[in-house]
Amino acid sequence: MANQQNNQTPAIKMGYWHYTWHMMKVNKGCYGLLAPFMALFLLCTIIPVVMSLPMSFTNFNMIQTPKWVGLSNFYTLFVNDSVFLIAVRNTLIFAVFTGPFAYMLSFLVAWLINEMNPFLKTFFTFVFYAPSMTTSVYVTWQLILSGDQYGYLNAILLDLGFISRPVQWLTDTTYILGVCIIVQLWMSMGAGFLAMRAGFQNIDKTMYEAGAIEGIKNRWQELFKITIPSMGPSLLFAAVNQIAGSFTVGAVGQMLVGLPSTDYAAHTVMNHATDYGSVRYEMGYASAICFVLFLVMLLANKGVNSLLGKYID
Amino acid sequence: MAKRRRKKKSIEQLKVREKHKKINGSVGGDVCIFLFLSILGIFMVFPIYYSVVQSLKPVEELFVFPPKLYVLNPTSKNFHDMFKVAAEYTVPLSRYIFNSVFTTIVICVFNVFVTCMAAFVLAKCKFPGDKLLNKIIVIALLFQSQATWIMQFLVYSKIHIIDTYFVLILPYIATAMNLYLMRQSMSTIHDSMVEAAKVDGAGLFRICWQIVVPNSKPAIMTIIIFAFQQAWNINGGSVIYSEEYKTLPTIVQQISMAGLARQGVTFASAVLLLIPPLVVFLIAQGNVMETMANSGMKD
Repeated sequence: MANQQNNQTPAIKMGYWHYTWHMMKVNKGCYGLLAPFMALFLLCTIIPVVMSLPMSFTNFNMIQTPKWVGLSNFYTLFVNDSVFLIAVRNTLIFAVFTGPFAYMLSFLVAWLINEMNPFLKTFFTFVFYAPSMTTSVYVTWQLILSGDQYGYLNAILLDLGFISRPVQWLTDTTYILGVCIIVQLWMSMGAGFLAMRAGFQNIDKTMYEAGAIEGIKNRWQELFKITIPSMGPSLLFAAVNQIAGSFTVGAVGQMLVGLPSTDYAAHTVMNHATDYGSVRYEMGYASAICFVLFLVMLLANKGVNSLLGKYID
Repeated sequence: MAKRRRKKKSIEQLKVREKHKKINGSVGGDVCIFLFLSILGIFMVFPIYYSVVQSLKPVEELFVFPPKLYVLNPTSKNFHDMFKVAAEYTVPLSRYIFNSVFTTIVICVFNVFVTCMAAFVLAKCKFPGDKLLNKIIVIALLFQSQATWIMQFLVYSKIHIIDTYFVLILPYIATAMNLYLMRQSMSTIHDSMVEAAKVDGAGLFRICWQIVVPNSKPAIMTIIIFAFQQAWNINGGSVIYSEEYKTLPTIVQQISMAGLARQGVTFASAVLLLIPPLVVFLIAQGNVMETMANSGMKD
């Protein structure tokens, strides 16, 4: 830090690139410490994401060398692949529920938890965060939603007389999507929720006192006038998490209703990519799907950034 | 007279409020909130609670109808049976457990080691390219999920690590999320401490491990927890073909394929998978909250 100030004048003398090279040599220790992380990060995140673009112009089945096919993958994807369009539709429906809806729900829950006393705070935070830690509890959901009359939901509804014969929750196309959304919602309070909880705790208590003197009367006014404006950064972090989660839903549905689900009723873009990538080994096509997904996620991120931008100084 | 009474009342109200340490909000509202959270909480916890109960039930209770929400004669038979069921596969269940534990420990250790150094540099040093790297990390938060794994599959097959321990371990060591959280909490450490160490002649490596890392214990606990959760749930189904490298989640999935007939065993294995992350989180919750408090995005 001190170095930079001392080197201000040389920067002008030496020219920009020369100066940069000089600073890189001076700070070579930094690069040394960064190297292990960045090497793995490059290998496991950056290369896969960036490579999805060139790969999507090819036809690649993992055995032969990739064959350049130009835009034909994208053409097939948007014009000829009716399943992809179903997947897009489903993903958008998922994204609305597990994105904005889950986001607001976690905000509401985080806010309400914050009003409790310290013990209940810890307790409820744990309760709401717990499902997102567990990927194996889908077996319970399978039991609850099982299609015969021994499925618990069916049994209860039959007893109460709402339905006259068992509903195939996991295979009937009218219910699959709804069921998957509920299970996904159940699991959606992850790191973003924790960030919101912490964001609430972080707010300066004196702000509330000041607000009370200024004439804020109840919790609602407190929420909109003080709380939300002062936790913008946490909200943004939670939003990014929510986007990352909601556009890539699919794994849970896959375990619950199978891949592909009946009539592709709960088929998401991620499922579609999995189908082509790890079942049919059409890697070029799978890359095209992933690339489109990445692009949409980036756009959503941009959108959220500009929406929440006004709360960030 | 009325005026005075109102004044008195408002003073009393103030006293009550002081007692509750809350400026706005009523007791009635508190009760409503509690009820609302409880109802939602039951929905959240029920599947987890029920799978624990189910895993402890003996056979004669498992299939009782209507199902019981509690267990009369808890038994560990399901857990024993789990080993028997797994014995039908080519390697014993202990091997899967070992794989999971081994990969989890390796991932946690390396994750903390690598992340601490990188986060320290990004938070406390200025060098050409730091702004770019910080931007990349923030964008990479988007791509932390399964979205990348199909592309990762290509890379792994190129460097021939498919079907080895490496393919389970490498992807989870350098995670954008952990780096981001670590960087955020390290940037709250005062620059003066780093400067002082520099003046005393400490190198970057020593500053990192002797000054900055000991001062960010909550953040380290947090990234251990996140790494643990991720590592413990690794389902290497599509990159691991040999039985001896498969992890616990893969096997739980295989067991649960048997359907309702093997319910007890299915739930026992699910619980085995479920308990460790919950316990670890419960122990370190305070640390997590402290770290997440710094997680806000300001740029």
